[in-house]
Amino acid sequence: MPKLSAIITLISSLILGIGGVWIAYNVDMLPVSASINAPVYDELYRVLFIIGCILFIGMTSLVIYSLIQFRRRPGETGDGINLEGNITLEIFWTAVPAIVVLFVGLYSYDIYDRMGGMQPLMHDHESQVENQAERIWGGIGSGPIETSSSNNSASLPIELTAMQFAFIFHYPKGDIITGELHVPVGREISLRMESKDVIHAFWVPQFRLKQDVIPGQPTILNFTPTKTGNFPIVCAELCGPYHGGMRSNVIVDEQEDFDYWLRENSKETI
Amino acid sequence: MTISLKPNNTPPEKLQPTGWLKYLSFSLDHKVIGLQYLVCGFLFYLIGGSLAGAIRIELASPLSDFMPREVYNQVLTLHGTIMIFLWIVPVVNGAFGNYLIPFYVGARDMAFPRLNAVAFWLIPPSGLMLITSYFINGAAQSGWTAYPPLSITTPAAGQIIWILSVLLLGGSSIFGGINFIATILKLRRPGLKLMQLPMYCWAMLGTSILVVLSTPVLAGTLILLSFDIVAHTGFFNPSLGGNVIVYQHLFWFYSHPAVYIMVLPAFGLVSEILPIHSRKPLFGYTTMVFSIMGIVVLGLVVWAHHMFTSGTPPWMRLFFTIATAFIAVPTGIKFFNWVATLWGGKISLNGAMLFSCGFIINFVLGGITGVALAQVPFDVHVHDTYFVVAHFHYIVYGGSVFVIFSSIYHWFPKFTGKMLNENLGRFHFIITFIGFNLCFAPQHWLGLNGMPRRVAEYDPQFQLINQISSIGALLMALSTLPFLWNVFQSILYGEDAGENPWDALTPEWLTSSPPPVENWEGEAPLVLEPYGYGRRDSNKPQEQKQ
Repeated sequence: MPKLSAIITLISSLILGIGGVWIAYNVDMLPVSASINAPVYDELYRVLFIIGCILFIGMTSLVIYSLIQFRRRPGETGDGINLEGNITLEIFWTAVPAIVVLFVGLYSYDIYDRMGGMQPLMHDHESQVENQAERIWGGIGSGPIETSSSNNSASLPIELTAMQFAFIFHYPKGDIITGELHVPVGREISLRMESKDVIHAFWVPQFRLKQDVIPGQPTILNFTPTKTGNFPIVCAELCGPYHGGMRSNVIVDEQEDFDYWLRENSKETI
Repeated sequence: MTISLKPNNTPPEKLQPTGWLKYLSFSLDHKVIGLQYLVCGFLFYLIGGSLAGAIRIELASPLSDFMPREVYNQVLTLHGTIMIFLWIVPVVNGAFGNYLIPFYVGARDMAFPRLNAVAFWLIPPSGLMLITSYFINGAAQSGWTAYPPLSITTPAAGQIIWILSVLLLGGSSIFGGINFIATILKLRRPGLKLMQLPMYCWAMLGTSILVVLSTPVLAGTLILLSFDIVAHTGFFNPSLGGNVIVYQHLFWFYSHPAVYIMVLPAFGLVSEILPIHSRKPLFGYTTMVFSIMGIVVLGLVVWAHHMFTSGTPPWMRLFFTIATAFIAVPTGIKFFNWVATLWGGKISLNGAMLFSCGFIINFVLGGITGVALAQVPFDVHVHDTYFVVAHFHYIVYGGSVFVIFSSIYHWFPKFTGKMLNENLGRFHFIITFIGFNLCFAPQHWLGLNGMPRRVAEYDPQFQLINQISSIGALLMALSTLPFLWNVFQSILYGEDAGENPWDALTPEWLTSSPPPVENWEGEAPLVLEPYGYGRRDSNKPQEQKQ
C-alpha cells in the first residue's frame, strides 16, 4: 500500500511537471518582443510561468482532492485522524520553496545583469559632458554588457521631457523636437528623461522596459530596438485626469529611413 | 501584575443601553465593539464596492465616457482608501480581533476597554469625512498612494481631507494594536502559555507589532505632505528642492507592512476555521507560529519592491528582490500546513470551509504572481499595470475578503445565536468565486500586453477582455445579495445555534451564544489544547481545576 501511494505520488508529480512546462510553452501571453532585452525577459517569464503553473495546479489539485476525498459523508460523525504535525514534512516544505526561491532570485539576478541592470552608469555620456556632480539614476536595460561596452560611443542620445499629458522628445543632433519617438533599428538608444511637473513613466510594452520620469531627478534608459514597426509608448504612473490618454508611439525604422527622417526634420544641416 | 478574573470595573450593565441600541453606543464590551467594527466595515465595503462597480462600468468601453476624468480619479482613490482603511484593516483586525482575542486569552475584556471604544469611534467620522469630501470640492484624486507632486498639485481641499481621514484611521489602528499586544501578553489567564494560544492570537500579535512599528511612519509622512500642500513647504516638492522619492520610501515603509496587516489576521482566522470544519488538529502549530514571526520580520524590509522603476540604485533593487522573494518561504509553510490540516479530515463542505478553501486557491495564485513581481527584471515590464492590479486583488480580495466571509459564516452563530442557511452560503461562495476569478484573472493578460493601471481610457484592442472583467465584477456585486438575504433571514427566522454548533474546542464556544457581558457566567475555562480534535479523551474541553 505505501508502495502504491509512492508510485501514485511520483506519477502525479511527473504529470504536473510536464503539464507545467507544456502550458508555459503553449500559452503565450506576451506581446511581440522588439528590443534586445525582450527575449531575455521572455526567457525569465517562461521560467517563472513554469514554476507558477506547477505550484498553482499542484496546490489547487491537493485542495480539491482533499475536499472530495475527505468530505463528511451523510450520517458520518466523529473526528479525522489525530495528526498534529510531521517534522520531516515541515523541513521538506521549508527547504524546497527556499531552494526554488533562491534559484529564482539568482536566475533573475543573472537576467538583470544580462539586461545591463548592474552596470554603473558612470560611463554615460550625459553625466560626463554636462555635469559631473549631477546624479542620474538609471533604469534597467542599459543594454547587454557586450553591446553597450563595444559600441557605447555609437549610442544615440535622445532627451525626453514628460509633462501633463505628453512626451516631448528632443534630438540633440539636429535639434529636433517631436512628440513621437523615431529610432533606427539595431542601434542603442540612450534616453535621458526628466519631468516638468509630476511623476510619469515611460513604458514600451514590446521593449519590456519601464522607467519613471521624475521631476527634479533625471533618469536614464538605454535600449536597442530589434524590430521595425510602430509600438505604443504608454505613461504608466498616475499623472492626472488625462493619464489614460497620455500615449505616444515609437517608430522603429531602418537606418536609411531614420537618417532620411533626421535630415528632413533637423533645423541645421548635419 | 495581578490579573483579576472577577468582573472588573466596567459600568454595570443597566447604565449601558441594551438591545440593538448598544451597538450605537460608546460600549466598552469587546463583543459589541467587535460587531460595531464588522457592521461598520461592511457598510463601507458596500460603498467601496459601488465605486469599484463605477470603475468597471467606465472600463467596459475604451473611451472615457461614463464619468468625467477628474471624477474617475476620485473614484479610484476613494475605492482604494475605503477598501483598505475602512473595510479590510478594521474588519480583520478590529472586528474579529476584538471579538475573539479576549476569549482566546481567557479574559473578560480587552486590556483597555475605553481606548478600544475610542479606536472604533474614530472610524465612522473619518470615513464619512472622506466620503463627503467628494460632495464638497471633489475628493482626493492622486490614488491611495498620494504620490507627490501629483498630490500637491491636485485640488488641495480633497487631498487635505484625505490626509486627515487617513491620519485618524491610522490612529485608530495604532490604538487597536497597542490594545491587542497588551491583551495577548498581559491578560492571559494564569496557566495558559503563549504556545497554547489559538493561532489567531499569534497572527494578531504579529500584526499589531507591524501596526505599532510602521503606522507612525505613515502618519509622519502624511503630516509632512500636508505641510507641503497648505504651508508650501518643500519636503516632497521638487520645485522647492524637495525629493519625491523620499516620500515613496516613507509611504511604502508603512504600506507594504499594511499588506501583512490585511493578510496576517486572515491567516490566523483560517487557522481557526480549518481545524474545526475538518475535525483535525491544526497541522504544525510551532512552524505556523515561527512563520508568522518570519513574515513580520521580512515584511518590514521589503518596501522598496514597490519602487523598482522609480530610480533606485542597483544593489538596492537586488536586496529587495531577494528579501521579498524569501517571504514566499514562511508563507508557503502556512499553505502546506493548511492543506495538511485538510488531509485525512472529515470535512464539512459548508460556507465557512468553502470560503477558506477559496482563499487558499486564490492566495496561492496571488503569491506566485507576487514572487514573480519581486524579480526586478520581471517587474520593470508589468509594474503599474493591470498585472499588478490583478495580483493585489488576488491577495486582498481573494485572500482577506474571502476569509472575512468565511469567518462570518463560522462565527455568525456565536454573534447572533442563530445559524446561517448553508445552502445559500454555498451558493454565495460559488457566485463570488466565479465572479472574482472572471473579474481579475484576465487582468493579468491586460497588464502583460500593455494596459497601465488607473486609466479611464485605453487601447481599443483591450476592450473584449475588459468587458469580461466587468461581467465578473457584476457577478461579484450580485453575489452580495444572497449573502445579505441570508443574514437578515437568519437573524429573524434562523435555526437556534446553541452554545457550540460546530462542536469546537476554542473558548469562545464554551459559553452561550451570544455570550453574556464579561463572556462567561462562571470562571473562564482553561483551554490548553485548542486543536485537540481526533483524540477521544480530549474531545471534551478540560475544565479548570484551580
